[in-house]
Amino acid sequence: MDSRNLTTKRITVFAGHYGSGKTNVAVNYALWLKEKESYVSVADLDIVNPYFRTKDSQKMLENNKIRLISSEFAGSNVDTPALPGEIYSVFADKSQHAVLDVGGDDRGALALGRYVPLILEENNYEVLFVINKYRFLTKDAKSTIEVMREIEEASKIKFTAIVNNSNIGEETKEDDVLSSVSYANEVSELSGLDIKMTTVKRSLFGTLNNEIKNLQPIDLYVRQSWLREEQK
Amino acid sequence: MSEKVLMKGNEALAEAAIMAGCKHYLGYPITPQTEIAAYMSKRLPKIDGGVFLQAESEVAAVNMLIGVASTGKRAMTSSSSPGISLKSEGISYLAGCDLPALIVNVQRGGPGLGGIQPSQSDYFQATRGLGHGDFHLMVLAPASVQEMVDLVFKGFDLAEKYRVPAMILSDGTMGQMMEPVSLDAGVINNYDKSWALTGTKGERKPNIVNSLYLKPEELEVKNMERFERYAQIEKNEVMYEEYKMDDAEICIVAFGVAARVSQNAIDIARQQGIKVGMIRPITLWPFPKDALYEAAKKVKAFISVELNMGQMVEDIQLATKCTREVLLCNRVGGMIPTTENVLDKINEAVKLGGVK
Repeated sequence: MDSRNLTTKRITVFAGHYGSGKTNVAVNYALWLKEKESYVSVADLDIVNPYFRTKDSQKMLENNKIRLISSEFAGSNVDTPALPGEIYSVFADKSQHAVLDVGGDDRGALALGRYVPLILEENNYEVLFVINKYRFLTKDAKSTIEVMREIEEASKIKFTAIVNNSNIGEETKEDDVLSSVSYANEVSELSGLDIKMTTVKRSLFGTLNNEIKNLQPIDLYVRQSWLREEQK
Repeated sequence: MSEKVLMKGNEALAEAAIMAGCKHYLGYPITPQTEIAAYMSKRLPKIDGGVFLQAESEVAAVNMLIGVASTGKRAMTSSSSPGISLKSEGISYLAGCDLPALIVNVQRGGPGLGGIQPSQSDYFQATRGLGHGDFHLMVLAPASVQEMVDLVFKGFDLAEKYRVPAMILSDGTMGQMMEPVSLDAGVINNYDKSWALTGTKGERKPNIVNSLYLKPEELEVKNMERFERYAQIEKNEVMYEEYKMDDAEICIVAFGVAARVSQNAIDIARQQGIKVGMIRPITLWPFPKDALYEAAKKVKAFISVELNMGQMVEDIQLATKCTREVLLCNRVGGMIPTTENVLDKINEAVKLGGVK
């Protein structure tokens, strides 16, 4: 990501449908924040996803001097939906900028609820709704809005803007991103929320930059080597 | 082909089951298959006649599956390794009652509670001993999210065609990974279901679905007849995929996630001039014996790549009648063999001699 046109708050929450790409967008956002802010933390609030987590990016985040707060059980064989007490430090120490990576759907968003009174009290936050047109259960604006309402109800906080992260994995082509714009606009209209940014893999950024407003290039960090596309 | 969507293996499998006409899902949560239950809990109530039921235990879920299957309706249950062990009694009953049903195992590490990371260590259980008594399951092993969809259709079809329970033997990686997938409907054949319990309406004698036979002579006949069907399955329904086998001198045998890693390793080894290929079993039972027997006439050695302690090795030895050395490349406990692990084993096979 780069800093054009992006305003930031002290707390940035990423939530959305399961598998919409929240974690990867959150990690990219933290790296970008780190370019302008000296103290950046990422808190992993995911209590539903067993395998692909911010914890997988631990080394990369640490190399970039970004603090990761994650359950010590994440990525282990302990199947415990636990959150570390350390997450409260994000609200206590206001000298930092924090990115909260929330688990998918209403089930995942439930864990955010306990911090909402603190977030609202300080009132220096954004809650970003990550959407992906190519996910089967959010393939149109109407179903996407349903998921949004469910998350808001579970977490007890309202979204403030949208991140259009529509992609179909490594097969994503320019047309796939372009054809997601009208979908994102419709979600924006129905929800009354602005589209803060549209995120694309870096290789597509150059050609699409003039076509889509607030386009941000992102890199893929949470993918495992054995998941790479098979060579045909 | 329909437009592609991005799905997790577990979600794709669940959606495929719905598309295949499965309106009854009976399950119980366990990592790493919980997305199947979660997905069904959101989708099935929105479908006319759809029933999602989280049972009080795996044992209850599989017995509910027996109930639905005995009415001739398509039904599915899913779990991960420890949960499948709990279901094993009911699966034996399904086989004894000649009932078609689909059982999904998204494998994790074992034995015991093991761990939540991926594994293939239920190979023996699925292909040999999933419950007491003389019986087999159809066992289908997907190696991509697309196959999670395609094999659901195949599994239901074969289960109904032969009146046997079928299993999708997946693993944590297949269940959790996201890939583009086409949700194309597969074939749904209309097989005879005159055996099903649908109510006599006073017009016919009651059907009986049962696995208890009071006379040993009857039970013997029943078992013999069932094994005639198994012979038909072994003859007609073997599925496998060959990769770069035309001139191969080393043959990797791998299924599921192990086949994906192996394929990457084969491509690298080929660049180094090593003639290595792969036979990927898609049905683990019936096992592609003939394909391996034929391959043994051409290759110098086999390598079994697995996420277990070598459970498939004996099947390869039996299929090839022990005419070739079978090496094992494996990781266990939730670890996955790396491309380097497989390459090392390929180089070991080269050193056995006879390979250019």
